[in-house]
Amino acid sequence: MSLRKLVITASAALGMVAAAGVANAERPDDGQWGATAESLRGKTVAYVPIAMGFDLTQAWAAALEHSAKEWGFELTIRDPNWDPAAGVQALSQLIDEKPDMIVVQPADPQSYVRLLKKAVDSGIRVVEINMKSLTTTDAYVGADWYGIASQGMDLLHNYCAKGNGQSGKIALISGTPTNPGMIIGMQAINDGLERYKDDLELVANQSADFDPTKAHAIATTILKQHDDLCGFYGVWDGQDVGTAAAIKEAGKTGEVVLVSSGGGRLAAACDNIANDNFTAYLSYDGRGQGRDLAAVVKMLLQDTDGTPASSPFGLYSPVTALTKDNMDGACWTIDDIKANGP
Amino acid sequence: MSSADRAAFSQEKIVLTIAAAMFVAFSLLLDGFFTAGNIVSLVQNVSILGVLGVGMALTIIGRGIDLSMVANMAISVAWVLFLANGGTPLPLAILCGLAFCLTVGLLNGILIAYLEIPAIFATLAMGTAVYGFGQSMLIEGDVIFVPRTEAWFKAIGGSTIMGIPSPVIWFAAIGAAVAALLGFTRPGRFIFGMGDNPLAARITGVPMRPMMVAQYVASSLIAFAAGVFTATLVDSMNTRVAASTLIYDVILVAVIGGIGLSGGKGGVRNVVVGTLLIGTLLNGMTIMDVPYTVQNIVKSLILLVAIVTDSILNPRDEQTSQQGDI
Repeated sequence: MSLRKLVITASAALGMVAAAGVANAERPDDGQWGATAESLRGKTVAYVPIAMGFDLTQAWAAALEHSAKEWGFELTIRDPNWDPAAGVQALSQLIDEKPDMIVVQPADPQSYVRLLKKAVDSGIRVVEINMKSLTTTDAYVGADWYGIASQGMDLLHNYCAKGNGQSGKIALISGTPTNPGMIIGMQAINDGLERYKDDLELVANQSADFDPTKAHAIATTILKQHDDLCGFYGVWDGQDVGTAAAIKEAGKTGEVVLVSSGGGRLAAACDNIANDNFTAYLSYDGRGQGRDLAAVVKMLLQDTDGTPASSPFGLYSPVTALTKDNMDGACWTIDDIKANGP
Repeated sequence: MSSADRAAFSQEKIVLTIAAAMFVAFSLLLDGFFTAGNIVSLVQNVSILGVLGVGMALTIIGRGIDLSMVANMAISVAWVLFLANGGTPLPLAILCGLAFCLTVGLLNGILIAYLEIPAIFATLAMGTAVYGFGQSMLIEGDVIFVPRTEAWFKAIGGSTIMGIPSPVIWFAAIGAAVAALLGFTRPGRFIFGMGDNPLAARITGVPMRPMMVAQYVASSLIAFAAGVFTATLVDSMNTRVAASTLIYDVILVAVIGGIGLSGGKGGVRNVVVGTLLIGTLLNGMTIMDVPYTVQNIVKSLILLVAIVTDSILNPRDEQTSQQGDI
């Protein structure tokens, strides 16, 4: 055999071995996996939260990134950083870029409506996360703000009802009034007050604009005004720590109830229950939401037949009322989601 | 208008009169307003705002402004907490935060004094840069909690001494220190000179540029202190405050008390008057349970009235409207 032939034969043999290797690496298809992988690979998903800087949006991003890596779709993040105008700009640009899907968390019910309609009309799938705009898109994944606030009023009723020998006096420290969750939540609070009108009395209704320092100032004033106040209803853990500090300062920890809510991050939720800052905490579980969101994204990316927003659906997050008794293992950290998935 | 008339109608006096009238009205009309406890919390609730106002006053008197104070406060202190939560010993973390905010002050000063960028633009850009840099490079998440083990640290802003909350004591101490600086020291007089007439001040030998740098370093340090009081008061630092309207409230307490935006006028007393007006207003409105949006309208109307009054009482003329004037 000439040298030349030897080289050709050897390389042919090597080629066959290599091809066999590829064939072996290709995993068996159970009849679904192959089609799933095929329809997800190379897709583009854009994520536009209100701001990337906080626990929930980071948890969802970590969950999406985890799925993107696993299935080979591409995730881009546009961060409007609390500025609805920047969000509008990001969305307009995305509509031009035409990704397969936009995951968006609207800052208020109104600002994005026209753009989300336009996105849907131009064939982009749109999923709204945790905040619902006035328009309906492919899916809404997130908290049921009415349900949470309603459950919050039930909890306060348990703790504070006049019928249970308490004063029945409660105070509400709400967040930014234009926030979609706040708008719907306020209706639930008003309905709750109506439902429990014999047992509960709302003595103060103030907004702290999601700022713990403002919440602290309002709470100190309210506590001085109403010596027999039974409880506070807060709307977000990051703000409610200010209320908790005011209660502690007044020496009324354990005496004045504070019902808070949020996504259940360890440092914000369970740690604050453990140190008696919060009496109870309604968690909509940001980690679970991340898993829900990733699932919805994967489902919709595989549905290649339907037109966007033709059969919208909602996936409302389960809510757990956490107290010292049941909080073990209920909270999460961003690092954990990043490392281990949602 | 003679100078005697001006003194009689100085903005400080007008605002003090409004604050006093409001205080009397609330005391008579609102149950539970005029109690020792409520008055303590009234002052406490605006103490940190007052501390920031003192720092802002220092820059405004020297014919500048520091719009980066709130971002600087939020990021430097959030970084301290973030480092401490990550295992860095707290004193070392505090030094890091302090170094960060000093650098910001120094950069502000250099941009304004040596590159001659107007203070309003330099510090506006710096505030955004600090927030962006901090949020993307230094910390993760927007609410950073105070490490639970450090009791001495929490006592800084979250304790009471003989019934007086510590933020009130800090406000008094920092206010007194800055008042002494402005009133009794040579650099203090220089700041007034620089604000009143920068060119004349320079000709008379005031070291303008180093003084301007020192001014912004001082406002940064005061911002850091205010951040530590905030964090230890509410057990956390919410960096979202950098994107809020807090910085306008800080300007509000300085300007409403009668510190002219054209520089060279006013002092710590004006900040105290402005702070007490806002404190009385907020406290009264909270007791009356006035909705948040209405509170904002009332507050901004008062700012507008103060600025209009200021421009009528301290009109700008050829002498005062010069380059560097905001």
